[in-house]
Amino acid sequence: MAAVRLEGISKTYPNGHVAVRGLDLEIGDGEFMVLVGPSGCGKSTVLRMIAGLETPTGGRMLIGDRDVTALPPQERDIAMVFQSYALYPHMTVRENLGFGLRMRGATRPVIAERVEEASRVLGLAAVLDRKPAQLSGGQRQRVALGRAIVREPKVFLFDEPLSNLDAKLRVETRAELARLHRRLKATAVYVTHDQEEAMTLGGRVAVLRDGYLQQAAPPMELYRRPANRFVAGFVGSPEMNFLPGDILGAAAPGPGLTLGVRPHDLAIVAAGAGDLDAWVDVVEPRGSELLLYLRLGADRAGAELRVITAPEPPIEVERVVGVAFDRARLHWFEPESGQRVEVSR
Amino acid sequence: MVALTLLVMASAFPFYWAIVSSFTPESRLFQSPPLFPADLVLDHYRTLFNERNFWVPVRNSLIVAGTTTAFCVAIGGLCAYALARLEFRGKSLLLGVILAVGMFPQISVVSPLYLVLRQLRLINTYPGLILPYLTFAMPLTIWLLVGFFRQLPAELEEAAMVDGASRLRAFREVIVPLALPGLATTAILTFVYSWNEFLFALSFTLGPERQTVPVAIALFRGQYQVPWGQILAAAIVATAPVTLLVLAFQRRIVQGLTAGAVKG
Amino acid sequence: MSVSESEGLLRGADPIRGVERQEARLAWGLVLPAVGTILLVALFPLAWTVWESVHLHDLRMPWLGRPFIGAANYLEALGDPRFWGALGHTAFFAATSVGLELILGLGLALAMNRAFRGRGLVRAAILVPWAIPTVVAGLLWRFMFAGEGGIVNETLLDLGLLREPLVWFIEAETAWVPVILADVWKTTPFVALLLLAGLQNIDASLYEAARIDGAAAWGQFRHVTLPLLKPAILVALIFRTLDAFRVFDLVYALTGGGPGTSTEPIALYTFNALLQNLRFGYGSALSVIVFAITFGLALIYIRLLGAELTGSKR
Ligand SMILES: Nc1ncnc2c1ncn2[C@@H]1O[C@H](COP(=O)(O)OP(=O)(O)O)[C@@H](O)[C@H]1O
Ligand SMILES: [Mg+2]
Repeated sequence: MAAVRLEGISKTYPNGHVAVRGLDLEIGDGEFMVLVGPSGCGKSTVLRMIAGLETPTGGRMLIGDRDVTALPPQERDIAMVFQSYALYPHMTVRENLGFGLRMRGATRPVIAERVEEASRVLGLAAVLDRKPAQLSGGQRQRVALGRAIVREPKVFLFDEPLSNLDAKLRVETRAELARLHRRLKATAVYVTHDQEEAMTLGGRVAVLRDGYLQQAAPPMELYRRPANRFVAGFVGSPEMNFLPGDILGAAAPGPGLTLGVRPHDLAIVAAGAGDLDAWVDVVEPRGSELLLYLRLGADRAGAELRVITAPEPPIEVERVVGVAFDRARLHWFEPESGQRVEVSR
Repeated sequence: MVALTLLVMASAFPFYWAIVSSFTPESRLFQSPPLFPADLVLDHYRTLFNERNFWVPVRNSLIVAGTTTAFCVAIGGLCAYALARLEFRGKSLLLGVILAVGMFPQISVVSPLYLVLRQLRLINTYPGLILPYLTFAMPLTIWLLVGFFRQLPAELEEAAMVDGASRLRAFREVIVPLALPGLATTAILTFVYSWNEFLFALSFTLGPERQTVPVAIALFRGQYQVPWGQILAAAIVATAPVTLLVLAFQRRIVQGLTAGAVKG
Repeated sequence: MSVSESEGLLRGADPIRGVERQEARLAWGLVLPAVGTILLVALFPLAWTVWESVHLHDLRMPWLGRPFIGAANYLEALGDPRFWGALGHTAFFAATSVGLELILGLGLALAMNRAFRGRGLVRAAILVPWAIPTVVAGLLWRFMFAGEGGIVNETLLDLGLLREPLVWFIEAETAWVPVILADVWKTTPFVALLLLAGLQNIDASLYEAARIDGAAAWGQFRHVTLPLLKPAILVALIFRTLDAFRVFDLVYALTGGGPGTSTEPIALYTFNALLQNLRFGYGSALSVIVFAITFGLALIYIRLLGAELTGSKR
C-alpha cells in the first residue's frame, strides 16, 4: 500500500485539448478516493495518468516516496479495472486472473494459490475454465475485479467499473466494493460520473469540472459545505435550488448573493404561514417521500422550487401552499465566481 | 434473384468451360464442342507434368510467393503495430508514403530493378523475384495489418501493461493472438497477389527453370499451333490453390479487402 | 521565478519528454526494417528511374555509354505516335472498363445487399474471378474468342447474331471486345464488394424514415443510397482507375497489344521499350510519365481517405 500524490498535474492532449489543469491531490495510504464530475471533465485522464497510460504534460506524481511521473505502467505496481473490463478474450478466467502475476514472474504454485483464493472471494470458482465470452455481465465484472485484487498492488484504479451493470446489480456490487475495500485496506482511486455512487463509496470525494479540481472532501462535508455553486448543484439529489438572495429579505448576509437551499431543507406549511407562498405545479410520489415542483411569484411565472416532503398529508396540485426555509441549512454563493460565502453563526 | 443467378453463372462459366475443355482431346477443342461433353481425357494434364515439367513453375511460385508472404507478414507486422498504436512524429507521413508506394505502377521501377539485379547477378534467381515482389507486397501487408490492429480495443493492451507487461510483451501475449485471424487474412491476400504477379516475373526471369506459373502459362508455345489443351490444364492448376484459399476464407478476405477502403 | 521553482519545473518536464522519446524510439525500431525495405526496393529504384530517364542508355549499344541528354527522352516521347497511341488506348480501356464495372458492380451490390439464402455462395462465386491470375483470366477469354469454332463464335452463330465466324483478334475494334469483357468479368466482383461494404454501413432505419416520408424505391435510392454511398463509389472509382491505367497482364495474354500496336497500353509499350528494344533511357522516361499520371490519381485518393485512416488512436 502507498499514498499517491499529484503535484500540479496537467494534461494537454496532442490535439491541443486541455483535459486537466494544475491538479494537486493527495490520496492517503489506504484511502478510497472518488473522482466525480460530469462526462468529459477529465476524470479518466487523471486516472490514466496515475496508471501511466498517459503522460502528464506538466507536474509531478508520486506513489509512495517514488517519483513515477515518467515510469511506464508496468513499473508502477498498480491495478486497474476498466469500464469495458478489458478481459483478454483469448484467455480463460483462470488465465485472465493469473496474467498479472505471470507478467511479474510469480511461480506457478503461487499463481494457482492466489487465483484460487480470489475466485473463492468473488464466487468465480465454477467458471474458472470459461472464456470471457461465456460469462454474464456480472461475472465479467467480477473477473475484472479479481484480476486487480490477485496482484495485491500498491494502488487500485477503477474507471466507472459499474456503469455496464443493470441498476440492481450496480447497487449490490457497490456494497460489495465497500466491503472489499474495508477488508483489503488498499489505496484506491475510483472514477464515476454518478454523484450517488461517489457519495456512498468515497472516503473522500474529489469533484472535477473542465479539468479543474473544485473540492476534495469527505462526502458529508461536500454535502453540507459545498465549496462553490457547481459542487452544490452536482452533489445531492434532487438538485439544490438556487434563488436570488433577496427573496428572504433581511436573512441574506450580503447584497446580491445567490441563495442555495436543498429540497430536503424546505417544508410545506399552510399558505401564508411560511417564508414564501408558491403554486404546486407537479407532484411526484417517490414512495417514502414526495417531490414537489413549485412555482414562485404571483403570476406563477417565477423560479421553480423543488421540495421534498413527507407523503402525508397528501398535497394537491394547482393549489397555493406556504414554504418554510430551514434557516440553519442555507447556502450562500458569490453571484459571479460562485464561491461559497461562509456565514458566521 | 434471377439476375443474381445469371450473374453467378456468367461469373462461373469461363471456369466451367476451361475445366471441360482441359479434359477434351485437342482435336475436338474447336469443333462445336457440346456443353456437357461425355468423353473426357487426362491427356493434357499428363503432357503438362510429364513433358512440360509444369511442377517446376509451381515449385517456383510456391517458393517465391511463400517467402515474400512470410517476410512481409513478419517485418510488416511490427511496422503496422507501431503505425496503429504508437505515437511518434512523422507517422502520418509514413502511412501516406507506404500507401503511395503500394499504389504506384510496377512498370515505373522495372528499369532500375532490372539493371540492379543484372549487376548483382540476380536475374533468373529466387531472390531476384522476391526482392521486387516486396515493392507491392510490403505496403499491402502493412496497410491491411494497420487496419486489423486498429480494430482491436486499445484497452486490452493497456490492461496488459498495467498488469505488468512491457509494450512488446503485451504485443506478443495479447495483440498477436487476437490479431491471428487478421494476420491469416493478410497472409492469404499477400500470397494471392504474389502468386498472381506477372510483370516482374516476366521481366526478371530468363528460362523455364525460374519462371513462375503465370509466366510459364503465358509463354506456352506449341510447335505448330497454340497448345490450348495444355494451357487450359495449366490454367486450372494455376487457379486451384488461390481458388481454394479464397473459398475457404472468403468472409475474412472480403473483410480485409473492404476494410480501410470504405471506413477507416 | 526563484531558483527552486525553476528546478522543480525542469525536474517535472524532463522525464516526461523522456517517456515520449522512449515510445518514439520503440516505434522507429519497429518500423525501420519495413520502411528500410520499402526505401531500398521501391523508393530508391524510383529515383533511379528518374535519373535513367534523362540519360541515353541503350543496352544494345553499350559503346555509347550513358551520357546525360536532359529532356531529350521526354521530347522524343512527345513526338512519338506510338506513345500517344498507347496513352489513348490506356485511357480508352480505363474509361470503358471502369465505367462498366461501376454500373454493373453497383447493381450487383444492391442485389446482394438484400438478405437472401445462398449469399455466401454468390460471394464465393464472384470472388473467384478476382482471385485468379490476370494472365490466366486473359488466356481463358482468348480461348473462348479463339478460332472459328470457339465457344463465342459458335454461340453467336447459333443465336443468329453472326452470319459467319468472326476472327476477333484481327481488327482493333473487335480485339477490344474480349479485353474489356475479360476485365469487367474479373474486377466487377471487387467493385461490387467495395460497394456492398458501403451499403452495409448505411443505417437501415434511414430507409424506414425515407419510406415514412413517402419515398418510393427510386426515391430511396436517389436520396438515401447514392449520397451515402458516394465515398465508397469514389474509392472504387479511384482504385479501379489506378489499376486500369497500369493494365499489362490482361492485354499481354489476350492480344499482345495487337493487331499491330492497336491495343497496346502504355505499360506494355514501356515494357517493350525496356526489355524488347533494351532502350533503358527512353523506357525510363515512359515509366516516369506513367508514374506521374498514376501519382496524381493516388494523391486524390490519399487526400480523400488518408485523413480518416491516419486519425488519432482513440
Ligand atoms: N486521446 C485524446 N485526445 C484528445 N482529447 C482527448 C483524448 N482523450 C480524452 N480527450 C478529451 O479530454 C477530455 C476529458 O476526457 P476524459 O478524461 O475521458 O473525461 P471523463 O472521463 O471525465 O469523461 C474530454 O473532453 C475528451 O474529449
Ligand atoms: Mg471517462
